[in-house]
Amino acid sequence: MSTAHLELTGVGISFPTDKGLFCALKDVNLKIAKGEFVSLIGHSGCGKSTVLNIVAGLYQATTGGVILDNREVNAPGPERAVVFQNHSLLPWLSCYQNIELAVRQVFKNSKSKTEMREWIEHNLDLVHMSHARHKRPSEISGGMKQRIGIARALAMQPKVLLMDEPFGALDALTRAHLQDSLMEIHADLGNTVIMITHDVDEAVLLSDRIIMMSNGPSATVGEILQVELPRPRERMALAHDSRYHEYRAAVLEFLYQKQHRPAA
Amino acid sequence: MSNPAISEQITQTVKSARTAAFKRWLPNLLMPIIGLAAFLMFWQMIAGSINTSLGTFPGPAQVASQFSNLVDEHQREAKRETAFYERQQLRNQAQLSKNPEAKVKIRPYTGKPTFFKQIVTSLYTVMTGFVIASLIAIPLGIVCGLSKPLYNAINPLIQIFKPISPLAWLPLVTMVVSAVYTSTDPLFAKSFITSAVTVALCCLWPTVINTIVGVANLDKDLQNVSRVLSLSPLNHIRRIVLPAAIPMIFTGLRLSLATGWMVLIAAEMLAQNPGLGKFIWDEFQNGSSNSLGRIMVAVIVIGLIGFALDRLMLALQKYVSWDKSADLR
Repeated sequence: MSTAHLELTGVGISFPTDKGLFCALKDVNLKIAKGEFVSLIGHSGCGKSTVLNIVAGLYQATTGGVILDNREVNAPGPERAVVFQNHSLLPWLSCYQNIELAVRQVFKNSKSKTEMREWIEHNLDLVHMSHARHKRPSEISGGMKQRIGIARALAMQPKVLLMDEPFGALDALTRAHLQDSLMEIHADLGNTVIMITHDVDEAVLLSDRIIMMSNGPSATVGEILQVELPRPRERMALAHDSRYHEYRAAVLEFLYQKQHRPAA
Repeated sequence: MSNPAISEQITQTVKSARTAAFKRWLPNLLMPIIGLAAFLMFWQMIAGSINTSLGTFPGPAQVASQFSNLVDEHQREAKRETAFYERQQLRNQAQLSKNPEAKVKIRPYTGKPTFFKQIVTSLYTVMTGFVIASLIAIPLGIVCGLSKPLYNAINPLIQIFKPISPLAWLPLVTMVVSAVYTSTDPLFAKSFITSAVTVALCCLWPTVINTIVGVANLDKDLQNVSRVLSLSPLNHIRRIVLPAAIPMIFTGLRLSLATGWMVLIAAEMLAQNPGLGKFIWDEFQNGSSNSLGRIMVAVIVIGLIGFALDRLMLALQKYVSWDKSADLR
């Protein structure tokens, strides 16, 4: 197999506690190809977010390491943009300015002022938020905030887009809407995406591969499910697709039978 | 408006809206007035029964008349001052017309500063001390809030210096200022420097402490945003830390200004430095039958100015604050 775009090798992490070292994650191996959409799914507390934070460079792995395009990852950087669960927009900046902060940081040497403005507006358009460019985060809805969060991440033109339960805090209708938007964007731009989710339907609908994580402590990759549904995917059509239901069942089986959570 | 049925309805709506507005404002306006009136009555009642060696304690009426006395004095003094400068100018012109080479001297007027001049001096001094303190406190607070080791190094010093009374600093500051500030043609009076430095020493701490808290409690997610963007340390402070800490910084600044104003009056009294404190002390030493009334005027003015300074800071905070929906008070 050729060298992967993003490769995690023997990644583990332990945190010091009062009772000695707590091993949260152990021996995570993963190869992700360019343009692939990968979901991490598992019970809460299984270390999904930890994996994402290690790839982002926000945490340092205790053992093993992450390689992106043949270079080791050991610090955060805009080529691995993160969409945070609770949007994390700067409340004192408008939507436009929030994206501008990222664009100015990434393209300060390569884009002119006009090009930057066009690029920011292009990204606002991409998430259908041009109408709210001058609004503050406090003035728009949760779904809109998350759209801006995604636009900010995309505007960095990242090699890998990391999404930490991006739609977890949204209502079902808004979530469906944003999932459709995300599929469109992914089809357009072909980003490599790693997304954490709790939602089985979301995982099957969006992913090329679903990484199912075993429960912690010492959590690791349990099973990997290849989702071979043709793109573009239609939410309504898939509802009657037997393969969709098989994938769904496979994930549910892993989560609720093989990894039954003793105390939920 | 030809239809009487509709115009009747409109008048009714307007009327009820007015009543509603009046009912809403009444408690907000009426209760403070009642409180103030009750206080004045209580003051009047008590004042007559307190006998001091300088006569009975002044009631509201005496204080009001002393206030107008002070206004009159100020106007008289202002006239005298203009007259002095006019005379001086005439004299100098006469001298110059006789001998164009003559060196004319412009002497400042040296009359006794009036109450209102003392107010201006005090305001000027407190603002100088406050600005000096803020220019030191905010950067220091930001740096200590960002760096845990530095915070650990400086925290004990803050805790020790914070509770020191201004009166304890005053002799040291006076001696140091006289030793260090030795210019033959000083830009500022020594007394002014002494007062301002004492104010600065005392109003440093609330701003430092609150800035540290504001910076150290920066939201973890926003910190991560900054890390993912790889912002430089300077940009991190300018774009993320400072806006996030603004509310706490202002809490500190308001506490500092209030402390500074209290400290200044005490310092002026003790050091005989020009200002409202000296005015009170002079009146106390003067010991005329009007003294207590005049001191009372000063006391009330000090309170009003303290209140106004806080409102000023609040207005500034509202102007600077990004969260216009926050209920600042």
